Order: sequence, then structure tokens, then C-alpha cells
Amino acid sequence: MKTSDTHAEGEVDGGRLVVMSSRVRLARNLSGTPFPGWAKKAERQKSLESIKAVARILPEMNGALVRSMDEFTAIEKQLLVERHLISREHAAKTVGSGVVISESEVISLMINEEDHLRMQALMPGFCLREVWQVIDRVDSELEEQLNYAYSPKLGYLTACPTNVGTGMRASAMLHLPALVLAEQINQIIQAVNKLGLAVRGLYGEGTEASGNLFQVSNQTTLGEREEDLIERLNKVILQIIEHEKNARLALMEKRPQMIYDQIGRAYGVLGNACVQSSKEAMNLLSMLRLGLDLGLIRGLDCKRIDDMFLLTQPAHLQKHVNQKLTAEQRDMTRASLLRDTLKDVSRPKTMSFSPPESTEPDHENQPGAA
Amino acid sequence: MLCDFCKENEATVHFSQVVGDKVSKIDICETCAKAKGFTDPGNISMLGDVLGEFGAGQMTPESEGLRCPVCGFTQANFKKQGRLGCSACYDTFEPGLKPLLKAMHKGERHVGKTPRKVATSQESSEHLKQLEKELSRAIKDERFEQAAQLRDEIRALQVKANPGSLV
Repeated sequence: MKTSDTHAEGEVDGGRLVVMSSRVRLARNLSGTPFPGWAKKAERQKSLESIKAVARILPEMNGALVRSMDEFTAIEKQLLVERHLISREHAAKTVGSGVVISESEVISLMINEEDHLRMQALMPGFCLREVWQVIDRVDSELEEQLNYAYSPKLGYLTACPTNVGTGMRASAMLHLPALVLAEQINQIIQAVNKLGLAVRGLYGEGTEASGNLFQVSNQTTLGEREEDLIERLNKVILQIIEHEKNARLALMEKRPQMIYDQIGRAYGVLGNACVQSSKEAMNLLSMLRLGLDLGLIRGLDCKRIDDMFLLTQPAHLQKHVNQKLTAEQRDMTRASLLRDTLKDVSRPKTMSFSPPESTEPDHENQPGAA
Repeated sequence: MLCDFCKENEATVHFSQVVGDKVSKIDICETCAKAKGFTDPGNISMLGDVLGEFGAGQMTPESEGLRCPVCGFTQANFKKQGRLGCSACYDTFEPGLKPLLKAMHKGERHVGKTPRKVATSQESSEHLKQLEKELSRAIKDERFEQAAQLRDEIRALQVKANPGSLV
């Protein structure tokens, strides 16, 4: 699959340098019954049961998790939110709402959230076209057994007019540490907004961007074909990737000491802290990830750091130790998990100031030092 | 100027969004801004959501007092929740929704995916129209044998679409 630019969608980002994950979400409603926000409890129960019955037998849903929201504990729901499988709004639901989540966790259906059906496909890396194809197929399979609310003029009818038409929200999670450090991120956000796309911090709810993670998504859903929407998003993401790569090069060239310092501090704190807050952990992990991307850290793989972004979240920590924890206990558990992760990793490369005669920075590299 | 949401406090936060050549503005007071979670000026993208909610309050006087015959939803409900009650609401509140959709989206008509069931029924009604055209042309040209064939084909399709009805 090649875009009109030089690279195929996934190839250019080789190794998930900037794009952490791609997601496409479709909103659908059943015809002949009110939307979940206006429906009575009995109506919601009925639509939940009909959709569950159809969704669980799809070929993709072999071995799926099928639950009504009141069957989960608070921590279980929080786990799903942290894995981006359900929205916070959905976690607040109980009776009358449910989920059907594929075993691989690529496909997740929320039943009776804002709409009767919110289905998403989520995969690591830069693969919006692929993720659209996956969810498009699931949507068509469901549509065979259900009657969707659809109008030839307005498309798929949704509870909120902001979603009408394609009902599609396509998004990618981007890691942009250099743009943040170079203080160019606001310019980028504004430019992206002007192109009709939205940029949000982690977990997509107007929260501040922690861990230098940003979600870029389309804002409009009516008047554009799904494939064109995805192409448009792809093009913009490719440009953002270029900007981030250039910012990394520029920083290493003009202010390398700042980069080495951020990475060194991240390594030092994460490797030694006793009490570690979630917010700080995200930002420090972001610096470690940058260090890894720049080849300044050895002995740690990409996947392990990316897993840490997730495993240091509150519900995941509690699952890890299999008990409920207070805030301080979580901070200590997080610290110990991170110390453990870094215990066999050597100190990152750094630099010292050299007197004017020598033109090159003196790199200290101590392989094997604990 | 007063806050667009509560219409009580002075608006101290002003946002404008430009999508293509469409400019949308809202003026909001600090209290409402906090209530909407709209505290970070760097997070301009939330504007889309806030506008969507606000748009609900922008419905024109034509649709005042309207009530959806299918689900009982009123315009006041829409103003409050920012969401509609059922699919029929899109027809009920059409005059008020039209400018809103125009401001919110890239286009006014859906051009994307169509559910297969709808597509096939559209195809068959177009096919029917085509056959009826050919029938009237055949009659005009006095090709009565062909006209008879077409008439039978049309009848068969109509029975298929409405089983149990007498055509």
C-alpha cells in the first residue's frame, strides 16, 4: 500500500519511532429505538442483549470478553480504560451497558455508551489503513444481523450531531518529545487544528499531554469518504513525523547537553527513586524512550519501555501486585517496578564541557557499569 | 460581553476556530470554562467539543417548541444534553440542525460507506425505475411484445420487494 508520497504507511516510521498506535472508531445506532442517553432502562437492556448476541458470534470474537458493565469491579474497568479499550464515560456505566472485546484486544465494542455501538480497532504503530479495514469488516458483519439507523442524506445517525455521517473517529498516538523540548509543539498543534484535525493529550480528553504523548484525530465526520479522511490524516501525520525527526536532529546538533541531561536525569531518577508519581514517571519514561531512539541507551528494548508506560498506570500496578493500593503505596510500587526494569541497564551516554581547543565533546561511555 | 453558556458572568475567555473558511467563535466565562474542563489554553482541540455542545444551544427559533413524535425529545432537551433522542429527531429538528451541521462539518451530505442492505435496496429501486423507463419507450414505439416482457419483469420485482401485496 503506497501513498501518493514516497512511503507506504507503516514503513516510514520504521520501528515505531513516533507513532505509538493507530485507532479507528465507528459510531453506530440501531434504528427504531431511542439513543442510549434518552432510552429507558428496559430499552437499553434490550438493545444491549440484541447487540451482545450478534457481536459474540462474529468470527473475530472467538474467545472474546463479553460483559455487562455491572459485572466489572472498578479496577477492572480502570484497566480497560488504561488499555484504551473503553472510554472513561463507558467505565462510569453499570447496568444496561456492556462490552465485547476480542481476545487479541485489537477489536473492542462498547455497547450503549453515547451511541448503541461504538466499535474500535486499535493496533500498535502507524497503520491507519489497516485498522480501518479491520473495523470496516466488523461493521459490515454486524450490519448483516442488525438494523442500523442510517439516512442516505446524513449517513449513519448518531446521538451527537458532531459524529453524524461516517461516524468515524480515526486517530494516532504520537510521541513528540523533541517538539516539546524545542517548544515548537504549540505551533504544530495550531497548524494541525487549522487543517481541521484535533490534537489532544494522552487518553484523549483535553487533559494535558503527559509523557509527550499526543493523539491526532479528525474532527469532522460528514461530507468526506472514510478512505479520504484516512489519507488526509496520514498525510498530516507524516508531516508531524518529519517535524519531530528534524527537531531531534536540531537539538542534538545545537543543544546536545540538554538532551543528554534530560536522559541522564530520567535514568537516574527512575533507576533510584523510592516514591514515584505517575505523572513524573510518564515524562521520565518519555525521555528514556527518546534516549533509546537516539541510540544513547543500551540494554533496554523499545517494547519494554513502551510496556512501562502502561504498567505504571494505577490499575495496572494494582493488578501486578494483586491488591488494592493507596496512592502512596502505588507510588512506591511504581518506583520499585521501574528500579527493577533499569537494574541491568548501563548508564546512558553523556557529554562534558570541553575547553575551547578541542572541537568535539568528550563522550563518557562506561559499558557494563551498574 | 456575557458568557455564551451561562449568560450570567462576564466572558473572559474567547475562542475562535477556523476550519477552511468557516469561523466559529465562542465567548465563555471562567466558571463555565472550568466546568467544561476547558482549562488549558494549549489544548485548543477541545474547542470542537465545546462548540458542538454550544451548537446545541444555537438552534433557530423555527424549531422552538418542537417535540419528536417518535421519542418525545424536545429542543430544550437538546440544548441541555447536546445530543439527540433518536434517529427520527434528525427529521423533527431538521431546520435547526441544518446550519449546525453545516458549521460543524466539511460537507452537508454523506458521501462515505453505505450499509449493504440500504445499497442493495437503492440498487433495486434504480433498476426498477430503469425498467419502467424502457416500458414506456417500448409502448411508445409500439413494440408490444417487448413491453409485455418488461411489464412482467417489473411485476416480478415489485412482488419480490413487497411479498404478499397484490400489484
